[in-house]
Amino acid sequence: MKGLHNFLDKKIKPSFVTKEGEPKKLYWVYDALETFAFTPGHTTKGGTHIKDGIDLKRTMMMVILALIPCLLFGIFNVGHQHYLATGLVDPDASWGTEFWGKFGYGSMIVLPIVIVSYAVGLGVEFIFCIINKHPIQEGFLVSGMLIPLVMPPDVPLWMVAVGTVFAVLIVKEVFGGTGMNILNVALTARAFLFFAYPKALSGEVWISGNSDKFVEGYTGATGLGHAASTVDLNASLEKATAAGKTEEIASLKTQIAGAMDNVPSMMDSFWGLEPGCVGETSVLMILIGAGLLIFTGIGSWIIMSSMVIGGLAMGLIFDAFAVNPYMEGVEPLQHIMLGGFMFGAVFMATDPVTAASTTVGKIWYGFFCGFFAIMIRVFNPAYPEGVMMAILFMNVMAPMIDHYVIQRNVNRRLKLSKA
Amino acid sequence: MSKSVKIRKGLNIKLKGEADKVLVNAEVPSTVAIKPPDFHGLVPKMVLKEGAEVKAGTTIFYDKYNDKIKFVSPVSGEIAEIVRGAKRRIMEVKIVADKETKYEAFSAGDPNSMSREQVIEHLLNAGLWPSVIMRPLAVIANPEDKPKAIFVSGFDSSPLAIDYDFVVHGKDSTLQVGFDALKKLTDGKVNLTLRSGQSHDQALTNLKGVDINSIGGPHPAGNVGIQIHHIDRLAKGEIIWTLNLQDVLTIGRYFESGKYDATRVVALTGSEVKKPQYYRTVIGASIEKIVENNIEGDNNRFISGNVLTGDHISPNGYLGYYHHQITVIPEGDEPQFFLTKGWLSPGFHKLSASRAYPSWLMPNKKYRLDTNANGEDRAFVMTGQYEKVLPMDIYPVHLLKSIITNDIEGMENLGIYEIAPEDLALCEFVCTSKTDVQQIVREGLTVVKEECM
Repeated sequence: MKGLHNFLDKKIKPSFVTKEGEPKKLYWVYDALETFAFTPGHTTKGGTHIKDGIDLKRTMMMVILALIPCLLFGIFNVGHQHYLATGLVDPDASWGTEFWGKFGYGSMIVLPIVIVSYAVGLGVEFIFCIINKHPIQEGFLVSGMLIPLVMPPDVPLWMVAVGTVFAVLIVKEVFGGTGMNILNVALTARAFLFFAYPKALSGEVWISGNSDKFVEGYTGATGLGHAASTVDLNASLEKATAAGKTEEIASLKTQIAGAMDNVPSMMDSFWGLEPGCVGETSVLMILIGAGLLIFTGIGSWIIMSSMVIGGLAMGLIFDAFAVNPYMEGVEPLQHIMLGGFMFGAVFMATDPVTAASTTVGKIWYGFFCGFFAIMIRVFNPAYPEGVMMAILFMNVMAPMIDHYVIQRNVNRRLKLSKA
Repeated sequence: MSKSVKIRKGLNIKLKGEADKVLVNAEVPSTVAIKPPDFHGLVPKMVLKEGAEVKAGTTIFYDKYNDKIKFVSPVSGEIAEIVRGAKRRIMEVKIVADKETKYEAFSAGDPNSMSREQVIEHLLNAGLWPSVIMRPLAVIANPEDKPKAIFVSGFDSSPLAIDYDFVVHGKDSTLQVGFDALKKLTDGKVNLTLRSGQSHDQALTNLKGVDINSIGGPHPAGNVGIQIHHIDRLAKGEIIWTLNLQDVLTIGRYFESGKYDATRVVALTGSEVKKPQYYRTVIGASIEKIVENNIEGDNNRFISGNVLTGDHISPNGYLGYYHHQITVIPEGDEPQFFLTKGWLSPGFHKLSASRAYPSWLMPNKKYRLDTNANGEDRAFVMTGQYEKVLPMDIYPVHLLKSIITNDIEGMENLGIYEIAPEDLALCEFVCTSKTDVQQIVREGLTVVKEECM
């Protein structure tokens, strides 16, 4: 490999630097590719003479590795849902039927989203680095994978591109690039699309394919969508009850029951064979990823577990009050297995840049991420996916949480000097 | 009362090339150098010029802002060269050493019969004062201050460090005299902290008039800053003085003999040393003779001190004033291809505190690490990483950020007075973003020294 490096150094590099060795315009693009292939022979200067093997590239790589099970399963599930919805397989057949057909179809849908996300995101980063003359940092390696995984399979590719541009440009680069952003980049891409193109991120987009071809009775809504729809139905039911319209009451009751029946069982959510965003459906795959992140020490187990506890706590509160069918019908544990809760807990809330940075802060931050996620979900049927909102909200609150945690440390120190 | 402390946070870095417990008398070095940059914040004022004759103990220069603090020659000979750097800053004062060392005659005596002022006077005049370091700031102590306590660490936990039990063995009385002198310096306690769960040389355990504490756990347990934090924590406005154990020995020798005897035992360590062992030499000695014919390969880094806090010197450079070992490790200036040696490789040759590399599989493996930074400088991304290796009630990243933004109030509140660069050296080692932690800490200490002290 020495030969390759010498070739790069002698033949390629000179075209990116001036004769004086000053970097030319496109130098940082070359630099990004060179440092991708070769960790530079930079040696330590002053300070410690040896350094830990880990760097940001390795760290990001580990997160991507943790995302691979979700990606592969997501690809399969997109195909699986399509086959079910269009009646290509018998709904009662085992999930493995037509495995490669499903996988192939899923790849055709998901891989373009992944490619667009990476191409557009890295493109923006490269342009920014060329303008600002600084080396390209690795942050987008993970964001580029997270964005496709939180998109509905039917999302138009141009929307993925627009969302990615918004996220990288406004959320990250404007604040100074990797390590400086306040909000989670991938989640903001999704939030942007959610508010800019609400139709494309709700309704029948969760199953890929033309909905006209769906077999009868297939609504294509997610479990959360079904559950959320009961809130409106319940409101109508209350009105009808007050007005004493018996026919309407009966019909609404069946509708509510039907919607609650459509909420997947805990087992289904655990395996993940249900409609939803590409990578979020399978709790099992997410737990595999979580295992890797926790084991390598890259993802914070404190945030993950406190977010789960927060979600369970809110679920228990709702379960105790149970004033509507949503609260009544969905168990706390079922709550956190539905939708993007687990995906958010493992991959989104744990983003070290936007999460709280102190240990105690992480506990509070995670807890409220989970707590608010379930609260938003149930209280506001317009946002069935409360996890995104909750995490973004807590991203904003994280520095405040840290501030109070650190203030306690400062107070301990001040007390020491008074004593 | 003596205290026993157990710390959990930290990291033992296991490297190849530990020194065998064999003490060799090194040849008398042909040259010796005193390096003013070893003393942080010092502006030296030269007393002697090039060509002047000196004895061991003759003052060469003093502190411009406190002329009582003198720096003396460790050997007798002739000042050969005053090496200057940028802005004519004095980098080294080189002395060509005589074969036979002649000593300045001081009137020594039993420190027990002296007053505090007399002991300080002796230490200042004999050039022993620079070994007294003050906390906060980790700079040479001001003799006017009254410290609340004195701390000496009885062991060094840094990678390949020297074994003080081996160094002080058989020096019981000299060490006792040294500690007797220290006792005069403070109304508080003189603390010696030993590693718990291990037997120690009787020269240490039998010391009188000293509070012997014990501390257990991984590096940086041996750092005096960590010991202070857990045994007698420093509050704002308080001062503690610290000394290295070998310097206490030097002080003891001075009061016994009336000579400035700069003898120092150093360990030659590191994976590239053929025969790592202990050498008896002097402060500031040229390492040339010590490393001669004892090194593998020719692309190596010579470090005065340990791999975490030492200074990069040349193969014929000089031992630093505060250093007790010489470490030689390979330079890592080869680019690493990402699949075979770099960031996507299995990485069995890399050591990592995280489990992203398989070093966790081999907790007892001793590594041959080179000086490659293993990555590029990045902004702070990871959190909780520093906290795992810093056994102090401090938020290191927030403290560093307050230093970077020059927020003096923030630095004070977050505990800059409790730390020295060496205490955060492990943070620098484990940092994913390759931040120069120790340099930032030193900059912060310099700022608070100028603005607040």
